[in-house]
Amino acid sequence: MQDHPLTIWEHARLRGYSRRDFLRFCSWLAAAAGIEASGVGKVLHAMDTKPRLPVVWFHFQECTCCSESFIRSSHPIVADIILDKISLDYTETLQAAAGFQAEEALHATMKKYKGEYLMLVEGSVPLKDDGVYCCIGGRTALDILKEAAEGAKALICWGSCASNGCIQAAAPNPTGATPIGKIIHHPQVINVPGCPPIGEVMAATVVHLLAFERVPQLDGLSRPKAFYSRRVHDTCYRRPNYDAGLFVETFDDENAKRGYCLYKMGCRGPVTYNACGVTRWNNGVSFPIQSGHGCIGCSEASFWDNGPFYRHLASFPGFGIESTADTVGMAVGAAAVAGMAAHAVVTNLSKRKHIREGIKEGKENADTPKGGA
Amino acid sequence: MATRIVVDPITRIEGHLRIEAEVKDGRIVDAYSSGTMVRGFELILKGRDPRDAWAFTERACGVCTTVHALASVRAVEDALGITVPQNAEMVRNLMFCAQYMQDHVVHFYHLHALDWVDVVSALKADPQKTCEIARSISRWPRSSPAYFADVQKRIAAFVNSGQLGIFANGYWGHPAYKLPAEVNLLGVAHYLEALEWQKEIVKIHTIFGGKNPHPNYLVGGAPCAINVDEANAINAERLAMVGQLLDQAQQFIEMVYIPDLLAVASFYKDWASVGGGLPNYLVYGDLPVHSYNDTVDYKFPRGAILNRDLSTVHEVSGKDTEQIKEFISHSWYEYSDGDEAGKHPWKGETNLKYTGPKPPYEHLNVEGKYSWLKTPRWNGHPMEVGPLARMLVAYASGREEVQEVVNSTLKKLDVPVTALFSTLGRTAARGLETVLIAGWAKEFYQQLLSNIKNGDTRMANTDMWEPETWPEEATGVGLSEAPRGALAHWIVIKDKKIDNYQLVVPSTWNASPRDPQGQRSAYEASLIGTPVNNPDQPVEILRTIHSFDPCIACAVHLYDEKGRYIHQVATF
Repeated sequence: MQDHPLTIWEHARLRGYSRRDFLRFCSWLAAAAGIEASGVGKVLHAMDTKPRLPVVWFHFQECTCCSESFIRSSHPIVADIILDKISLDYTETLQAAAGFQAEEALHATMKKYKGEYLMLVEGSVPLKDDGVYCCIGGRTALDILKEAAEGAKALICWGSCASNGCIQAAAPNPTGATPIGKIIHHPQVINVPGCPPIGEVMAATVVHLLAFERVPQLDGLSRPKAFYSRRVHDTCYRRPNYDAGLFVETFDDENAKRGYCLYKMGCRGPVTYNACGVTRWNNGVSFPIQSGHGCIGCSEASFWDNGPFYRHLASFPGFGIESTADTVGMAVGAAAVAGMAAHAVVTNLSKRKHIREGIKEGKENADTPKGGA
Repeated sequence: MATRIVVDPITRIEGHLRIEAEVKDGRIVDAYSSGTMVRGFELILKGRDPRDAWAFTERACGVCTTVHALASVRAVEDALGITVPQNAEMVRNLMFCAQYMQDHVVHFYHLHALDWVDVVSALKADPQKTCEIARSISRWPRSSPAYFADVQKRIAAFVNSGQLGIFANGYWGHPAYKLPAEVNLLGVAHYLEALEWQKEIVKIHTIFGGKNPHPNYLVGGAPCAINVDEANAINAERLAMVGQLLDQAQQFIEMVYIPDLLAVASFYKDWASVGGGLPNYLVYGDLPVHSYNDTVDYKFPRGAILNRDLSTVHEVSGKDTEQIKEFISHSWYEYSDGDEAGKHPWKGETNLKYTGPKPPYEHLNVEGKYSWLKTPRWNGHPMEVGPLARMLVAYASGREEVQEVVNSTLKKLDVPVTALFSTLGRTAARGLETVLIAGWAKEFYQQLLSNIKNGDTRMANTDMWEPETWPEEATGVGLSEAPRGALAHWIVIKDKKIDNYQLVVPSTWNASPRDPQGQRSAYEASLIGTPVNNPDQPVEILRTIHSFDPCIACAVHLYDEKGRYIHQVATF
């Protein structure tokens, strides 16, 4: 046994990886985290010297699509290393042990690394009727969440369930499903929304913490700016069709076969902040719009209640994509579309307005720093 | 003296599962299965646009993603009388096959194999001998002594670091593990390879549906338009990628998964007489060659088998309101007209009413209501669903290719036909259908190419897309086969909106609580007779539970005869 926790490089070496493999891995991490070439050295240094970060992963009201997405993202060597390098001390999905041995490991980590461990949460927590709608081992999800969050250094809320409640919180929210940020008032909560989030985005969020020893820059909704500061519409390769007024009018029509803009088919790209247009899915193979279906806005709060999905945005009073600020303001005043986040309203303005707002948003974020150093 | 065992949680498709069981003289004598999480999907769907239902229901499960979306679009199409173009059927079939191949391989290597393969024992293996074994059972190229030595070195480093990671606290060294060290090493090597491969095959979903997990579907067809003269559509490049992924998948399944399955099974033949459970099997059928409505040429035929009588296949209908009914006498729901009679899903009700113990609790009241799962019955019979049911119904229906793979496997393992009705039979059936699917997927792919070549590029039927074209009221059912078994959605549409929506999922059939007659469902029934030689390390229980593929982590909590907590058991 070692007298100190193994560093990531030491561990990799023990597992038979060459220094060359390791360097390649570090470059990948850097690329995944959106770091320029000059930053690779920093990643390398962090991996060389840092002991493994203790991590615990919880499942509550969810469908496990986040875990599945996380597994999909992994580059082969990365799969092994990331799982080991972050010392995943508790995870119902991946570890051989569960139950007593797993809980023993969980409690050991919570005790030994109080204030040091990273807590990952997949799923919302039902608060209605004393939490009887989600019990694990006879305890409520709420109970388990509160206990573990107390000693966590930071919480990452995976997916829309943990970030904003997702499907079970859709009207009429039968179980009182509640996102983690509304229950736990922890100074360091990172929301990584999406149903699920892109696997590479999930990995990169963890990588950022590891490599730079700090939380990535977050926006006003606690999302990493790196992946959630751009509308899908603004990064969409079909955007020129939108600008030229070339739209799919019916699924599988001639325009669909030419890959025109899906805005009239209900695409939520204009009100959705995510990296789908840039990072794409499953190692960059495609993303929903590229494959011919509009974005359903799965990383936005209350997206389930902002439907129907195939009703295009202009059909909603005030939500024409190029509406004026006044119309949008009126619509919101009349609560025509309940639950649409205020920032989504802002970004429905004309492009000029959008740029102006972007600058304003930047200033706001500078005024109220979240995360960062 | 009976020992009380509590299994909690067994997480499966929509959440958290708990099993309480009695063990006497080293065998399970009784068992109760309970779902402990609910989200109320059926309540949330009420009043929504039926065309959106696929997206909602797809979120029932992220492990077997897509299967609910498929059942949902079929239910809506059935209600509205929409027939989808054959190209869309082929795309749906290809996505279906990709899901099966990914899911079954991951189940075998990452969820089930560690019940049979002792990771730590692999350290003692002679890589040269592992190489010889590997080459005797398969032509898979990654089989050199150096390769296995490398894997072994990695495991040794892993163990020596003192941090076993995901392999920590397994039952390594348990006498129930019977594989030679060399076969264990082979299993571990392929565990790692399968982890690498699984994220490739799902790219078929990404091509046609834009992402995985949770790709996009469309009522009336598939959202991916075909245009071979356009970069923005399904063209030769996209199709070539699908073709390559299918080739690689078939190679992996035929050269790694199946040889491993047979090699492992040959050491565990005693498990061919354990865990049989229910004698009844139900299959809705799937993989239409032409159209969903032409059930006769489904690759997986529809039908039911009662009392293991393979000479008769009974007809199954989702529309006959007498055949399938859901009961709630042991479930935390209430029906408006009393809890005793069952309801066909078109008349189904979902009124949550928790009457269990106040958490934190140690035990559920298994005499009363004890689960969030309802209890479905077919003509009053409890039915097992899943790979074994599919293989048996296809076998009994006279499907030659199924009979051939089943018979040759029984012969290779030198076991009688009754071996199918067991824990081992269930695990083997999953592998056999994966081989068949890998072949069928290529037929569907060829059909798609051939249609395009002949000028048919239709991908969606949008005649009934606009709600103005719909009748005032319509009912539909969408039947499918998820990897874990028979899956169906029932919909009632009124005034262009969903008036009622009910899902009866595979695990509702398999994992549900008792019915009003006290009949056990599949999980409860299969556990009876399962040996538990060491209550502290009941790897045998995991074998039977995992043979149903309960998706992800489960934890077995053991209690003594007074209900006092003894131990909780690691699983995976």
